[in-house]
Amino acid sequence: MATAHPHLAVEELSRSFGPLKANDRVSLHVARGSVHAVLGENGAGKTTLMNVLYGLYRPDEGRILIDGKPVEIGSPRAALALGIGMVHQHFMLVGSLSVAENVVLGLEGAGFALDLETHRRKLAELSRSFGFDVDPSELVWRLPMGVQQRVEILKLLYRNADILILDEPTSVLTPVEVGPFLDLLRRLRDAGKTILLITHKLEEVMSIAERVTVMRAGRVVAELATAGTSPRELARLMVGRDVVFDIEHERAPIGAPRLSVEGLRVKSDRGIEAVAGVDLEVRAGEILGLAGVDGNGQAELAEAIAGLRRPEAGQVRIDGAEVTHLSVADRLHEHGLGYVPEDRQRTGLVLDNSVAANTILRSYRVEPFARHGLFLDFPRIRAHAERLVRAYDVRLRDVDQPVRYLSGGNQQKVILAREIESDAKVLVVAQPCKGLDVGAIEFVQRTLLAQRAKGVAILYISTELEHILMACDRIAVIARGRITGILTPQEATAERLGLLMAGSRTEAH
Amino acid sequence: MPGLMRLLYATKSVWAILAALVVGAVFILIAGSDPIAAYGALFTGAFFEYHGIATTLVKMSPLLLAGLAVLLPLRAGLFNIGAEGQIYLGALFAAMAALYLPVMPGWIHIIICSFAGMVGGGLWALIPAYLKARHNINEVIVTLLMNYIGINLVSYATSGPMMEEGAPYPYSAEIPESLWLPHILPRTDAHLGVVIGLVIAMVMYYVFQRTSLGYSMNAVGSNPQAARYAGMSVRRHIIWSLVLGGALAGLAGTYEVLGLKYRLFHAFSAGYGYDGIVVAFLGGGHPLYAAAAALFLAGLRSGANIMQRAVGVPTTVVDTIQGLVVIFVAASLAFRFERSRWAEIWRRRKSLDRALEGEVAPPPPTPSGAQPAGAKPAAENAER
Repeated sequence: MATAHPHLAVEELSRSFGPLKANDRVSLHVARGSVHAVLGENGAGKTTLMNVLYGLYRPDEGRILIDGKPVEIGSPRAALALGIGMVHQHFMLVGSLSVAENVVLGLEGAGFALDLETHRRKLAELSRSFGFDVDPSELVWRLPMGVQQRVEILKLLYRNADILILDEPTSVLTPVEVGPFLDLLRRLRDAGKTILLITHKLEEVMSIAERVTVMRAGRVVAELATAGTSPRELARLMVGRDVVFDIEHERAPIGAPRLSVEGLRVKSDRGIEAVAGVDLEVRAGEILGLAGVDGNGQAELAEAIAGLRRPEAGQVRIDGAEVTHLSVADRLHEHGLGYVPEDRQRTGLVLDNSVAANTILRSYRVEPFARHGLFLDFPRIRAHAERLVRAYDVRLRDVDQPVRYLSGGNQQKVILAREIESDAKVLVVAQPCKGLDVGAIEFVQRTLLAQRAKGVAILYISTELEHILMACDRIAVIARGRITGILTPQEATAERLGLLMAGSRTEAH
Repeated sequence: MPGLMRLLYATKSVWAILAALVVGAVFILIAGSDPIAAYGALFTGAFFEYHGIATTLVKMSPLLLAGLAVLLPLRAGLFNIGAEGQIYLGALFAAMAALYLPVMPGWIHIIICSFAGMVGGGLWALIPAYLKARHNINEVIVTLLMNYIGINLVSYATSGPMMEEGAPYPYSAEIPESLWLPHILPRTDAHLGVVIGLVIAMVMYYVFQRTSLGYSMNAVGSNPQAARYAGMSVRRHIIWSLVLGGALAGLAGTYEVLGLKYRLFHAFSAGYGYDGIVVAFLGGGHPLYAAAAALFLAGLRSGANIMQRAVGVPTTVVDTIQGLVVIFVAASLAFRFERSRWAEIWRRRKSLDRALEGEVAPPPPTPSGAQPAGAKPAAENAER
């Protein structure tokens, strides 16, 4: 490990987006043949740094050195030529092509004639040598996420990359897949590859990385050896203060069931049964967390409850009234069902419309905003928007500004304000903190707790266990479209949740 | 960005039109004339002379209505290439109402003919609208191909069942004089159609800007997924925006019959439906700008004849100039200062297709709510 120069070094690198310094004089030293973690919260600047290394952004200042030599990385192709490869959080694979075809796609120097058979053989060999267990002739869409991830890595190895950048690689894996994945990274490291692991998960850092760089608000706050630190210290460095994982909050007594779901079955867009018979009950003044690995039916369940997706079977009731066949608008206006959708930009907002227009997105033809249901009362809409913006501390220039130009946290505040202030008695909240910074996450959590204190029933869907543990009264776990267990926060240890998330039902209490 | 640049940017369509005219001047030179004299004749003839203005207004009527027929569905993210066919069907229905309904007071009959024309154009647009909303079949192709059917239907009617006895050319009998649209400029052909078009443009502007209907159309066009979340039916918006667009095109055809030709002619529209696309495009999806664009294009058309007579430049040069205007305006949109309105409209169309895939049809009421509804045909369709 003690070579004269680090394999990859970043010196005093800065990159701004407008007034925001996404990277502020960042330095990083990665030894050859090591696993180096870059740890930080969402918005700490990890992804910007990686995109600079991969040639997607140009740095404003600073240098990148490989084996001590300064390099210019103008494009992903240039990065690959320098031996730097990246696996994005969202895979860049063509589902209808085979593994071998995906790997060869865009391969330089492949010439005009494509000798797929040779590639397939070489690939099978490569796969075997690292113990990847990937069949090159299999079609990619048939492969589980964990194997698709290995295909992404194979793609890089096949291009002789020896610095592998992995962006949140375990976020798509179930807890049981994580162990084997980390083993695979160890084999790659032992074969001399240098691995840069971007993550916000402390346990992973401690178990696999030799060194870790902690980032906060665009800056490097520490670079240290994992042997000499503890998860607690890392958490403190990452957040900038001691993290207390429980907030004291006032609460109302838990009341009668407000939202109940019985035997709900829902198909996904692909026609596969995504929700396979779910029963849930959320009471007044209660937050029920729904934990699970992404893609286990949470999205379909939320849409079915909200009225955006028609269930195949089962019932949804609000305060005892059956709403299964009501439209999304009726559920909101007649039964007080507020819904914060997972994809705030594609579903929750019309980005090019003003903030004011977005605050009435779901009330655009009801009094008092639309007189006779038709004539929009703009002064009133603007006043309403200004009230929400003040109450929810949305940072903006004015309410006529397109909502597109607000930060993610402020966009989420607009949605929360809109749903809560339409007098919601039941809130379905899907991944409300995805991609938000710490401050915004705290705001969202506090807002939900305040609603709970008012007797609102909240279904809180998230893949982030810490967030769920912080706010929820009970935690339901979903795996492959079924509820595998419901735990209290005291019972919800990482092991138990992990087992339930992996689909084992035995733990259910 | 400094104020001057901002101003140049905001008026870039105007600069593009000027650039197109400069390049057009080269063609006039090639045709062997003095461009300044030619343009002088063209614009004086089109806009600064009594009969020329009348001719411009006559041509503006179908151009504006067809432009609005394209623009209305565009607001909801749909491309209506079928205004031409809708014009023909509108004219056919209006002519039938004019010729075959019993005698009644003229103004009532005119209103009924207008209504019939709107029904004709609207029904013609209902076919692609239905196919789009129910089966997500590309409306560009369907509306385009239906133009040919519409044109030939009128050819059949005018050379067969509706043809005037002993006519040398396929056309219908003349409609009664009581149905002729009033003229707005004495001693000219300029008829009320253009005024009606302007009123409709203003109403559309108001609806787009100030009503919940405009709000929901815009939401469907710019983010159909969010529109569904807001409780809007993407499907219903698709159907109504295309049908109403078709009705406007039908009105364009109606007023060609009632205001100008007084008969239903075989092949009477000089491609107004296609020019409507240009009008909507130059107007940037905005009804009042579309009116300005229609006026400009109508002026080019009417000035072309005067130019030909005055300086001997063939009128086809004007077709070239119109083409240049489209190219230059399209190119000017590549100079981006902020998100281009047109990139936006392209994006709308794509995301509309995606949202249709996921649309849940409004569920039929269940008898007592006791038995949850299983897979209904509509749901199977939507869940594809």
